[in-house]
Amino acid sequence: MKNQGRFLKWFMGLFLVFLYAPAFLLPVFAFNDSSIVSFPLKGFTTKWFSVLQSTEPLHIAARNSVMIAVITAVFSTLFGVLAARASSRFKFPGRRSIMGFIMLPMVLPEIIIGVSLLVVIIQLGFELSLWSIIMGHILICTPFCIAILSSAFMNLDQNLEEASIDLGQTRWNTFRLVILPLVMPGIVASLLIAFTISLDEFIIAFFLAGTEPTLPVYIWGQLRFPQKLPSLMALGTILLIVSIALLLIADYFRRRGIRKTGIENSGGFL
Amino acid sequence: MKRVQRWLRGEGAQGLFLISPTLVFAVLLLAIPLIMVVALSFWTQDYLTLDRTFTTANYQTAWTEPMYQYLMARSLKISMFVTALTIFLAYPVAYFISFRVPPKRKAMWIFLITIPFWTSYLIRIFLWKVILGYNGVINGSLTGLGLIDQPLSFILYNQNAVVLTLAHAWVPFAILPIFVALEKVDRSLIEAAEDLGDSKLRRFLRVTLPLSMPGVIAATIIVFIPTIGDYVTPRLVGGPNGLMISNMIELQFKKANDAPLGSALAISAMAIVTFVSLIFIWLNRKYIRGPGA
Repeated sequence: MKNQGRFLKWFMGLFLVFLYAPAFLLPVFAFNDSSIVSFPLKGFTTKWFSVLQSTEPLHIAARNSVMIAVITAVFSTLFGVLAARASSRFKFPGRRSIMGFIMLPMVLPEIIIGVSLLVVIIQLGFELSLWSIIMGHILICTPFCIAILSSAFMNLDQNLEEASIDLGQTRWNTFRLVILPLVMPGIVASLLIAFTISLDEFIIAFFLAGTEPTLPVYIWGQLRFPQKLPSLMALGTILLIVSIALLLIADYFRRRGIRKTGIENSGGFL
Repeated sequence: MKRVQRWLRGEGAQGLFLISPTLVFAVLLLAIPLIMVVALSFWTQDYLTLDRTFTTANYQTAWTEPMYQYLMARSLKISMFVTALTIFLAYPVAYFISFRVPPKRKAMWIFLITIPFWTSYLIRIFLWKVILGYNGVINGSLTGLGLIDQPLSFILYNQNAVVLTLAHAWVPFAILPIFVALEKVDRSLIEAAEDLGDSKLRRFLRVTLPLSMPGVIAATIIVFIPTIGDYVTPRLVGGPNGLMISNMIELQFKKANDAPLGSALAISAMAIVTFVSLIFIWLNRKYIRGPGA
């Protein structure tokens, strides 16, 4: 009995080392004073961060990515709210298969989505642009938004809604004044998750990027040049900090949402 | 008329109305593009002109040409190894969090496990190259400790590196469904088995494991299907012998300019993984009776 407990603890320890190895090395190399990304470490420097500051193409790619991520977050959350509300509140014919279909991008390899959108855009004679990437990103982010929002909508007490209608409010006002404030934390969490996924997505952007790159497409191009690698480590460190900050905010809102509906917290959302 | 009006005011119509924007979007950007890929796979392309006469030539090439057969088999093999390794790593972790961690701490642990996943995908894979490389972290420290004279060469630019790197990328996605399934296991059933004299191992094999199988199956599907389409990992850490089918699909769509063949390869890969997944689910239904079986 004791043995099993000890085995699990050892296993967890090794597993966490394995899991955190890359995330741990990233800042180590970002501050390492050497143009080669390998051991042994040389000295401490912040010059790779100043290299980033003066790299113009990087700024353009970052701006593109942020714009794509913001639009993606708004639309996939909007689609997510509609689908999550519909599936958690109403019974309608074909509900399970419709939801299954909408959630499909979660298990579909991203390359399939990238390829199929590329085929459509080329066959219909459209130009590849940032908008084609946005469309692809909304498609893959919506299922994640639905997953987060569904729990928010399912935890709603239907009596509150009925009470509001009994007291003479319209359906729209009931939604705006009763339901929306209760699911608001879920909406914020959904926006942040979609933003983070879109910001980091590579394959779809790689297939659908025309002349304007996104941040991951830019990084992919730079990975070929050994002299660019240290500054990419610095960039990765910044991105990691931004992602974790966004996730902590998302998790804070998710917890607040759970507290509001008065249900015990049962775990993370992703 | 009355019945139509009543239906329109009912739950069904409201639900359908509410979900329609999302559904329409998914039909336009998922169903129609997928149908077009299927159509394209039955056409041929000669440089830039597309011949729309129906032919199965692309599928014949995809299924008979040794190079494609080989790549497909290798991709399938790598995906299976990744899935097995991922589940092997994920189950004990999920078990630990569900059974050993106090309830208040569980959310924190889940969060802890998802954090590394938010390192930039490309840079994370690149860092595995740094860890596994000839002058990398592992070889460097092993040589430094005097344990080896020559750098280990079996850990980079081959299929082992691809399997390890992909397992690292996907393990959080496997932990979560298994954890959810373990959380649902009724603890009183385990106590009952204990009272009836089952040993700890027997309790696990006969109660906990079968009841958590839905989570294991979900994890398997979530990991197995997308990994066959991974493009970046084989390119960065796979070396020439670690390339997978998606690298070939990309080549066909871009440099080789043969989108129909690329479509046929993509569809074949999807058909194979779906088929293997269905067999896996069926075997589970047959041999391990989970709840509701």
